[in-house]
Amino acid sequence: MRDGRTTVSTDPFAAPRAANGRAPDVFKRGGWVPMRQYNEDEAVDFVIIGTGAGGGPLLAGLAEGGFSVVGFDAGPYFRPLEDFASDEREQEKLYWTDERVVDGANPITMGGKNSGKAVGGSTVHFAMVSLRFRPEWFKSRSALGYGADWPLDWREMWDYYTKAEKALSISGPLNYPWGPKRPRYPYRAHELNGAAELLARGAEAMGLKWTPTPLATVSAPHGKSPPCVYRGFCRFGCSTNAKQSQLVTFIPRALQAGAEIRDLAMVGRIEMGTDGRARGVHYHREGRWRFQKARNVVVAGYAIETPRLLLASATDKYPNGLANSSGLVGKNLMTQSNQAVFGVMKQEVRWNKGPPSLAITEHWNYDDRKDFAGGYCWMAQGPLPVEWVSVQTSSRGLWGQALRDEMEKYNHQVGLKMVGEMLPDERNRVTLADEKDRYGLRVARVTYSWGDNDKAMIQHALGQMQTSLEAVGATDIFRQEDDTNHLAGTARMGDDPATSVVNADCRSWDIPNLWICDGSVFPTTGGVNPSLTITSIAMRTADRIRALAARGEL
Amino acid sequence: MTDRYPGYDVLAKRWTQSWNEVTRQVIDRRLAVPRGPRFFSATEWRTLNAVCDRIVPQPKDRPPVPLAAYVDQKMADGMLDGYRYAQLPPQGEAWQRGLAALEQAAQEAHGGPFHTLPVEQQDELLHRIQKGDLIGEAWGGMPCKLFFEHRVIPDITHAYYAHPVAWNEIGFGGPASPRGYVRMGLNRRDPWEAVEATPGEEAYARRKNHRVD
Repeated sequence: MRDGRTTVSTDPFAAPRAANGRAPDVFKRGGWVPMRQYNEDEAVDFVIIGTGAGGGPLLAGLAEGGFSVVGFDAGPYFRPLEDFASDEREQEKLYWTDERVVDGANPITMGGKNSGKAVGGSTVHFAMVSLRFRPEWFKSRSALGYGADWPLDWREMWDYYTKAEKALSISGPLNYPWGPKRPRYPYRAHELNGAAELLARGAEAMGLKWTPTPLATVSAPHGKSPPCVYRGFCRFGCSTNAKQSQLVTFIPRALQAGAEIRDLAMVGRIEMGTDGRARGVHYHREGRWRFQKARNVVVAGYAIETPRLLLASATDKYPNGLANSSGLVGKNLMTQSNQAVFGVMKQEVRWNKGPPSLAITEHWNYDDRKDFAGGYCWMAQGPLPVEWVSVQTSSRGLWGQALRDEMEKYNHQVGLKMVGEMLPDERNRVTLADEKDRYGLRVARVTYSWGDNDKAMIQHALGQMQTSLEAVGATDIFRQEDDTNHLAGTARMGDDPATSVVNADCRSWDIPNLWICDGSVFPTTGGVNPSLTITSIAMRTADRIRALAARGEL
Repeated sequence: MTDRYPGYDVLAKRWTQSWNEVTRQVIDRRLAVPRGPRFFSATEWRTLNAVCDRIVPQPKDRPPVPLAAYVDQKMADGMLDGYRYAQLPPQGEAWQRGLAALEQAAQEAHGGPFHTLPVEQQDELLHRIQKGDLIGEAWGGMPCKLFFEHRVIPDITHAYYAHPVAWNEIGFGGPASPRGYVRMGLNRRDPWEAVEATPGEEAYARRKNHRVD
């Protein structure tokens, strides 16, 4: 670095670890791997802001294509083997817990279920559920009559899904019950735990298909990853590296190909040149603001931080923020409905063992005989005690002795949780609040209200899931009516600069060297977890950038 | 119900393959939480302790989990949730205002400090906060229902169920790295998991629970 050697600490929060020509070896306690570094005052080909499901594959793809690339992450660079405890509270250190203001009729609970702050992003703590979109969702406006069309063709995406599944060594069934034919998954499916067995029995009683969930944790050794040992702390970071997060897959590939990672580096503003092109990013690291020159800037901070940065980079020439001539930056924020039904079994279920969602039914993503738009799936559940007490208190208003009595049924609980498609609505959006965070940057205000279609879907799903639990003999059934998870939207892709922020290549319409590559670009969100689609789009974007560069069109 | 898992102590697994070094350090720090307040005033501290006693009442035959200490720690160290309802002030301010308003409500309704009231009167006040029935200047425009749902309940109950004592009560396996689990299906128990006492079999369960390693 320009200012000489950077202090390296054993505390990943105290000082950057990626420095002095090396980055943490995520597979070895105290280990290091070599890392190339770039000067701040010499423009690199690409800076990528965010290293999660969008930024990770792009870092690797561009570095492997011979570009000079620097990836910024506001969070620390963990070595899972030495840094990750088997503990819900401690592992909140993986979440983006900086202040955000939430409002609207149905404010979104931020934190663990939709935000990560670490190299690898939220893939470090995601539930590993790796599903493909239903093909029609890429044209949901013209094919299904709701939402907006994507500028992508599902057949091309099908190929990228296959590549993403291979890159992430997805464990899944031999034959997937829904949608067009797909290749077998690279790794065999995981065995079912008690909670997943009960999903399967319930689905069969209802005449619905089910399957072991395709998961990004290996069922047999892969490289330096050992097979999953079913700890059940997946959503709090995998301490064995069985989980195929960005941290242990694309990021090491990127380093090997010559990319640099800057951890604990918060980007606060993209600087525009007088020529209408971005010329670099201002970022905060080691207690002060710095500037990195770049020929291209990619924003990959997910559906809150991405629009926040674009809006915060406003100038006199771009008073509404960057890439925002459509006025759509920050708008059409989508979350997914994540309601659940829970009950008590006579048997011991011990649902905390293994990945939390080992079985799934996507029936209602593919059956259109329903009186609302969009689809949903449901999955088996295995909340750990802190999350479980949140469910008990928020859904049933329990406290006092009544709460303790209910909590003692923990090992007999069973549950089903939906992931449902909420529809895009411009009133659901991210704006900048007046208050500032620790970097002096205005915090995001996240405004969200459910629409009538969202509510109709939720009620349908709750009824279906309850039927399934009743079919397996669960008692003391109750509904968790208010929960949401993943995010999408706020910088949608499209074919028309007037109604979208980026094109199919994730390139902004307004600024030719500004790109957005994360879940923000989703025009609709589908009824499945989004990470595999984000990864696939990022892999495609890397290929597209390489093709454009070869034609001299960057 | 008492002792559904008699004799089970998750801490007995501390030196087994279920606990890695970082987990041992984390749990040690948790058990060593400072017992006195760093953030709250003496008055607030008394009220907070009384609230904790009602939100998660604890048995008298074991040392209590110091719930107020964990709330104080969260405020003193500024451990944030990652989001804040627009109608709520920052977390520490919400607690201070909420506790003061609760004190005022206790004085007005029952003529004494909250922590001296009979538990029935304490519960009744807490129920009114939960329902959103308490209003007044002391709340400073903060809806008491949101304060209850998003500060009182999560800050206290999360602290309790993050504690090994609570894991013992509910038979949770606790830390599981690197060993994880082997017996995955319904009605299957790994030897390092808690044994639930069935009626008449408490002694058997206790014996087995002394060997969860």
